[in-house]
Amino acid sequence: MAGLIGASIKRKEDPRLLTGRGRYVADLRLPGMLHAAVLRSPHPHARLRATDASAARALPGVVAVITARDLGPVGRIPVRLGPRPSLEACLQPPLASDRVRYVGEPIAVVVAASRYLAEDALERITVGYEPLQAAVDARLAAEAGAPALHEALGGNVVERLLTQSGDVAGALAAADRRIRERFVVQRHTGVPMETRGLVAAYDAGTRLLTVWGVAKVPHWNRRVLAELLDHPEHLIRVVELEVGGGFGVRGEFYPEDLLVPWAAMRLGRPVQWVEDRREHLMAANHSREQLHDVEIGVRRDGTILALHDRFLADLGAYIRTHGVIVPELTAALLPGPYRIRNYRCEVLCVLTNKTPTGTYRGPGRFEGTFVRERLVDMVAGALGLDPAEVRRRNFIQPEEMPYEVGGAALGQPTVYDCGNYPGAFETALAAIDYKAVREEQAAARRQGRHLGIGLGCVVEKAGLGPWEYARVEVDGSGQVTVYSGAASVGQGLETTLAQICGEELGLPAEAITVIHGDSALVPFGIGAFASRGAMVAGGAVLEASRRLRAKILALAARLLEARGDDLVLDHGRVHVRGAPGRALSLRDLARAAAPGQPLPPGMEPGLSAQHFFEAPRMSYPYGTHAAVVEVDAETGQVALLKYVIAYDVGRAINPAIVAGQFVGGLAQGIGGALYEELVYDADGQLLTTTFMDYLLPTAMETPAGVVAKILEETPTPLHPLGSKGAGEGGSSGAGAAIANAVADALAPFGVVVNALPLSPDRLLRLILNPGSG
Amino acid sequence: MSERAIRLKVNGREYQRTVEVRKTLADFLREDLELTGTHLGCEHGVCGACTIVMDGEAVRSCLLFAVQADGADLLTVEGLAEGEALHPIQEAFWEHHGLQCGFCTPGFLMTLYCFLRDRPRPSEAEIREALAGNLCRCTGYQNIVLAAKAAAEKLAATGR
Repeated sequence: MAGLIGASIKRKEDPRLLTGRGRYVADLRLPGMLHAAVLRSPHPHARLRATDASAARALPGVVAVITARDLGPVGRIPVRLGPRPSLEACLQPPLASDRVRYVGEPIAVVVAASRYLAEDALERITVGYEPLQAAVDARLAAEAGAPALHEALGGNVVERLLTQSGDVAGALAAADRRIRERFVVQRHTGVPMETRGLVAAYDAGTRLLTVWGVAKVPHWNRRVLAELLDHPEHLIRVVELEVGGGFGVRGEFYPEDLLVPWAAMRLGRPVQWVEDRREHLMAANHSREQLHDVEIGVRRDGTILALHDRFLADLGAYIRTHGVIVPELTAALLPGPYRIRNYRCEVLCVLTNKTPTGTYRGPGRFEGTFVRERLVDMVAGALGLDPAEVRRRNFIQPEEMPYEVGGAALGQPTVYDCGNYPGAFETALAAIDYKAVREEQAAARRQGRHLGIGLGCVVEKAGLGPWEYARVEVDGSGQVTVYSGAASVGQGLETTLAQICGEELGLPAEAITVIHGDSALVPFGIGAFASRGAMVAGGAVLEASRRLRAKILALAARLLEARGDDLVLDHGRVHVRGAPGRALSLRDLARAAAPGQPLPPGMEPGLSAQHFFEAPRMSYPYGTHAAVVEVDAETGQVALLKYVIAYDVGRAINPAIVAGQFVGGLAQGIGGALYEELVYDADGQLLTTTFMDYLLPTAMETPAGVVAKILEETPTPLHPLGSKGAGEGGSSGAGAAIANAVADALAPFGVVVNALPLSPDRLLRLILNPGSG
Repeated sequence: MSERAIRLKVNGREYQRTVEVRKTLADFLREDLELTGTHLGCEHGVCGACTIVMDGEAVRSCLLFAVQADGADLLTVEGLAEGEALHPIQEAFWEHHGLQCGFCTPGFLMTLYCFLRDRPRPSEAEIREALAGNLCRCTGYQNIVLAAKAAAEKLAATGR
């Protein structure tokens, strides 16, 4: 249907979700289903002595207690993105056998008639722990003589990364001004509202293992499961169901992704495991913890000559599926939208006795954007320039695109595909009325109020390949179904893909069914991460729809005895232009395309088409965040008064969904900027295991009237619609813009804002003791 | 485990069941009555996903035992729509893109059901305060607040 791409139509998913009919994995009930609970280490680092589960096994209703010994020799969970030989020594086993390395590490699984009984049994398992000294602070863990987590590694530094272009030492020496600073980004993570969960059932007759709740990358997870279980891939069916938020965290292959299917196969009964919130906060991937020591060299006019960063990434106790891509992406995109000819970044990837880590929305960009944009404001402060002016002087210009940054990530050199950075920047400044806010700030200061304005310029990455799959089919009743290899994490994938298909086939989105996340129905797929839905999955659906359209028209041309270009495909019918009576419905055509029917030469039977959309290069969406805050110097509370995001997505398929991504991503960024922190004590105990301690922003902490400017100024040449991903830019600039705004507000106090989160207690400490940053 | 017989009304329908005294009301609704539209996001009373209406008040079903609902009249998200006709609050959420993954949504709907009944013409600040006990990780709340405003208008227009 013409005009469907670019229309803010209501989502297809919503009616079922609004009426309580959405089926999430915890909602699944199978006959004879058992319930699992996981025994987790209370120690950050300990040797395991004898485990005695006899009392647990004796409890009525308990069917099995599974320890590493029961599990026998199974492999460890492999790296999905960016495997390196150096990481092999630190992969996580599904169950700890002789040693635990973080609070929350799985030691045993109880399977019982109910979750209540399974939790009762957990309390009856006795584990002999011999506590070891823990390495908690990454700086200390990286030093020689620190308690070592993995003996095979020899120390806790699992990888050193280096990104280099130009002559940093020379350029720094030639700079008019050099600024050094240390920046800390705290450990925090995605925290979807639905915790993880799985149901597995095994049919011993057909040997088919079915696993529900496999999210994000179902086909990849099926492959890992097949290898770990030594069970053929085609005899494993994975089904996604509704997914209550992903954010990078949910859907990766975790220990439970092996344990639950293993138990179902061994016991011959379906097993359900649903994580509770306490487990989630200690067991699911953490993210973001980095410590940067950075130096920038500039000319007197603010031109950046060189940037030199040395940072530590605290990756926790094991290397999980994301390998070291978070630090890798941080280094690759740290230069952001600025022309920085001389850049060097040295990264130490350090293991500690804390929960293992992975990606979280805008991985590496939230962190790096905070570091870079704070630094730019510090440059402005040191030179007495307006921070907006310093940015203007350093932006890469549109005519310099494509622009080679110098680094690489995920096997691809960082080459910005397109962009108008000054354009997005000026749009944001105009929307927030930068000049007026500056005047307002001056007036407020005279009244003793502390207003601040902060800018954060972002270059994101999106549309990670290598490919995605789609098949579009007209069934015998004339209905169109899209089968997509992508996955949904709640972002509106079905609606977006239906819009793309509907535009090509002349149908409204509600007439199209979108199937995803079921390996029995969709043979190939990659999934939902790296803002790839609209771009890579959308590209596959677009091309498959175009092929199907061509097939429909070719068949109709033969049957209607008309030329293909005289035909109109609209509202589920093909008619001859100017002769609406000479028409065939999609139903007629689907039946005419059945095997055995006379078909045009070379045409395969069946009214369907498929496509693998290959995406060898990522796109780099970009934009500017602008924040106005007021800091209460008495309480340290930050109020967000105004917020603007101007962000270029090339082309928005559904602007309402895109804006929803900006504003929702922003709320998570606000959490990272002001509230959220996974806190460990000095011994390695995790102190934030409830929502009383781990503070998510509520409707009271998020600003009213966020202005989401969706820009479509620079469609990417890498995509047939020009679309880039929209999922992460709302988060990745928020730490930077808010920290800059807070620093600006507190400028009269002379404080140094260089660490997140800017919680009230931290800000009060800074205000009372400005040197404490 | 000790069990007790309870009678209660949920979405207009009478139920009689025997439950373990330690079973939460949320688990009872989800497991015993198969009303899985009520979700559990934290099980410690912070996230509000499990919010239902009990004798006219919004409550957290994860913080109540099923036996405490003996004799009560409950409304869950499954009881909001009339057949296929969405409730005005549901309609407003659909029209204003007030949900993404949908997991927290039933809790927001039920909270608003009571709030808008008691406060039919709320200001934005009042809406935000009323919703501060419900966590959403997808939307950033902006469209939920918009939907709440729109729902108030719809409810006023239909006289509900």
